[in-house]
Amino acid sequence: MSAKIKEYPGQEVKSEEMKSGRVPTVRYRPNAKYMWSAGIAMSRFLNELKNGRILASTCNKCGRIMVPPRMFCEQCFKPTDGWTYVKDTGTINTYSVSFIAGDASRIKEPIIVVVVDLDGASPGMGILHTMQEIDWKKVKFGMKVRAVWKPEKERTGAITDIKYFKPLKEE
Amino acid sequence: MFGKKRVAVVGAGLTLFRRNLKETGREMCYEAAKMALDAAGLTLKDIQSVAYGSAPDAFDGIHMKGENMTDGSGAWRKPFSRVYVGGGTGVFTADAGWWHVASGLFDTCLVVAEEKMSSCYPHPAYAFTTIFDPIMDRPHGTTLIWIFSLEMHRYMHVHGIKKEQIALVSVKNKRNALDHPCAQLGAKITVEDVLNSEIMCWPVQRLDISPTSDGAAAIVLASEDVAKKLTDNPVWIDGVGWCIDSTYWTNRDLYYPDYVECAARMAYKMAGIKNPPKEIDVAEPYDPFDYKELHHMEGLLLCKKGEAPKLTEEGVTQRDGDLPINPSGGLLGVGNPIAAAGLMKVCEIFWQLRGEAGKRQVPGDPRTGVAQAWGDLMQYGSVIVMRR
Amino acid sequence: MREVAIIGVGCTGFKPMTPEVSYKELMFEAATRAYQDAGNINPRKDVDAFVTCAEDYWEGHSIFDEFVPDQIGAVLRHLFTVSSDGLIGLATAYMLIKTGEFNTVVVEAHSKVSDVTTFTDIINFALDPIFNRPLGGHPHYMAGLEMTRYLHETGNTREQCAQVVVKNKRNALGNPYAAHGAKITMEDVLQSEPCFHPLNRLDISPPADGGIVMVLASEGAAAKFTDKPVWVRGIGWNSDTSWPESREWGRAVYAELAADMAYKMAGIRNPRKEVDFAEIDDSFSYKELQHLEALKLCKRGEAGKLMEEGETETDGDLPVNSSGGLLGMGHAVEASGLQRALEVVLQLRGEAGKHQICDAKTGVAQIWRGVPTATGAVAVLSREVK
Repeated sequence: MSAKIKEYPGQEVKSEEMKSGRVPTVRYRPNAKYMWSAGIAMSRFLNELKNGRILASTCNKCGRIMVPPRMFCEQCFKPTDGWTYVKDTGTINTYSVSFIAGDASRIKEPIIVVVVDLDGASPGMGILHTMQEIDWKKVKFGMKVRAVWKPEKERTGAITDIKYFKPLKEE
Repeated sequence: MFGKKRVAVVGAGLTLFRRNLKETGREMCYEAAKMALDAAGLTLKDIQSVAYGSAPDAFDGIHMKGENMTDGSGAWRKPFSRVYVGGGTGVFTADAGWWHVASGLFDTCLVVAEEKMSSCYPHPAYAFTTIFDPIMDRPHGTTLIWIFSLEMHRYMHVHGIKKEQIALVSVKNKRNALDHPCAQLGAKITVEDVLNSEIMCWPVQRLDISPTSDGAAAIVLASEDVAKKLTDNPVWIDGVGWCIDSTYWTNRDLYYPDYVECAARMAYKMAGIKNPPKEIDVAEPYDPFDYKELHHMEGLLLCKKGEAPKLTEEGVTQRDGDLPINPSGGLLGVGNPIAAAGLMKVCEIFWQLRGEAGKRQVPGDPRTGVAQAWGDLMQYGSVIVMRR
Repeated sequence: MREVAIIGVGCTGFKPMTPEVSYKELMFEAATRAYQDAGNINPRKDVDAFVTCAEDYWEGHSIFDEFVPDQIGAVLRHLFTVSSDGLIGLATAYMLIKTGEFNTVVVEAHSKVSDVTTFTDIINFALDPIFNRPLGGHPHYMAGLEMTRYLHETGNTREQCAQVVVKNKRNALGNPYAAHGAKITMEDVLQSEPCFHPLNRLDISPPADGGIVMVLASEGAAAKFTDKPVWVRGIGWNSDTSWPESREWGRAVYAELAADMAYKMAGIRNPRKEVDFAEIDDSFSYKELQHLEALKLCKRGEAGKLMEEGETETDGDLPVNSSGGLLGMGHAVEASGLQRALEVVLQLRGEAGKHQICDAKTGVAQIWRGVPTATGAVAVLSREVK
């Protein structure tokens, strides 16, 4: 390759040139809006969040208790059999600490991102959330955490009805 | 062992990988495709089918963008299809080209992978927010770096791996990329540079990750009869594999990529490979983050679980080591125009096996190479095994 | 020769909206039905590859293939997504089986476009950003342009196009899977709201939600799962230029070339004689006529006459869109091609109920990917393996 080919195609444009408008561009903002049907399982899940409860679905064949709930067991490929509630406490499966926002700008207060394996669900059945009321340097794998909910009036039926997770015991 | 028709790679082409290229998506496709055709000694008349791959339409800003790229990819009035498996697309497009020819339907297939991330303004990172589940993940403001740092941290925790060990991958690949003519980020850096770089989302730091890029790559595939007429040095596609894991990524233990192992086993079985570390001479696993090279080495069964950092420390994965990994410089060094980056790795194996990789050439006459890509929500593995 | 058969099909039916289920639940139903139909095949063990067909912006999720494996039984299995119509997914499954490495392959496609609140803007988003989008307007003007040119070149009439709508919507009334069946007259079509001259509102297929899964198998494997295999005798797909400015507006070249490829594979030399019925793309009324001619099922310029003579009715000599077509069943974006193919399968098996065609041996399914593309696919399916 290197021996036979002398030149590789591609004209680089520096970011400053792009921003300064010296490169001919066409701009367009797509209008792409959606209202996704949450479906049977997730509609119930969201309604239960309003009630301050976390709903799971169960499969009799493999015995798993699944969050987020679903109408089908993806391992057994059959309809799930029932519903149950799991606790709003759990253990940290993994975590990371973000110092940047979605647009790549820096943020002052880091966001602690966690995957919490919920108590009462099958092992490893985690959900994604954030953590507060702790110094990010003190977070540990396997730490026990508990959900902090919005007051009932403020819940809308969203995963953010849980504001964040905090350590189960005072550190 | 496989199909009716054996399939060979007979030419490859690559554009520069840069943060912004002036060329439009279809122009980049054309440049890479033309280069690959010239290398193969063919013209568009000889091409019977086109397999194209590209990741999110949101970057290019065109819905059904494959349809916009047909002409640029040489598919005027030809059978054209686009495959799309997130980050796994680049290597998977080569797999797709393989079945076009191995099925017996076509004697030749032009495989093109393209990505124009710079169109997404002001930064392609925004587009990534739309890959997450709208109920469970998006409302937190989830970003790509969040979830990869979760995976990196889990991998480090389960095996007790330190950042210094992982940083060695970034050092190696960026240095390898200095010898790649298309590279965006070839550089001589040290482990200290990585450890001192800006913390993005702990444990991920700036020098742990690859950039966003524009670029395109292309290869020409031919059936055995045609390939033998074209060249004395065809590189055979002996195995293809792909696998996807559950979308419920928070229900999975991220320390090990089962889906890469599943894809690798599929490809190795087809290729008759029983002892991967012994039988594979060079490998290009997907490395958008430095820890992923290690993660994928293990998933590709090139070493035991948790052992990849040790191999790196011992220099085994250097170009002159026992198992060279990412001699191209990988995504960390060459750049990451998602689909094109994966196909770039296939191009690299092609050139390596033919002894045409110039300054990047792995010594010792490599005969069997593997390229692998990774995608989706830490779900997808695509693998290709190539042999001379 | 390693022949390929469709051994199972599953469909949720098509409805204008499906607010009670998520797309995952829709796919699960289609897959469950298909696997049951395919001799109770177990996707966790017996399916060698899965092909799903989707486009991000119809779904509203980037990298949509992330979200598909669980509900069709493909977790930690060999699945991938083709960004194209389901008929090209079917072509892909066909190629996989022909390689000799795969014995059973599943193909899936669905439409949940009732979830899209800015549907027209999404169609517009597919237009070339530099040359076409800045012109503004609803992109379906391209269909209007093509219809004008097509009628001018072939001599088919505006009224004949309106008759297509009448026929197909009437046919759809007899199809339990159809979303938009209706009893209307030619005057209704000609007097409906003008949209993209000469197209009026009733000339345009309305969208519908629905999911389809098909299971394909090699000849050797098929016998294990079904005694009613439907053979894929030929498959073709093609893309004409992506530049609308360079197209031959009166001809559906993509359909002609795709049909040539499929007929050649199927060994069909005289399509009009050897094809018994067709399920083709009528996303816009004139398209049924244009595609009939492109598929060489009649001479150029004669499709309108063929229809006026009643030949394309369910009891005619060459039934076309007995299912109701897209006009009657609803346009299902990437699931439209499989929707066409599904009807062919049911007809060949004798399972088409009220709209069963007598003595159907070989049928053609055809699709176009819609404005602004010039891409389409054709499949020749038959009860007979050769």
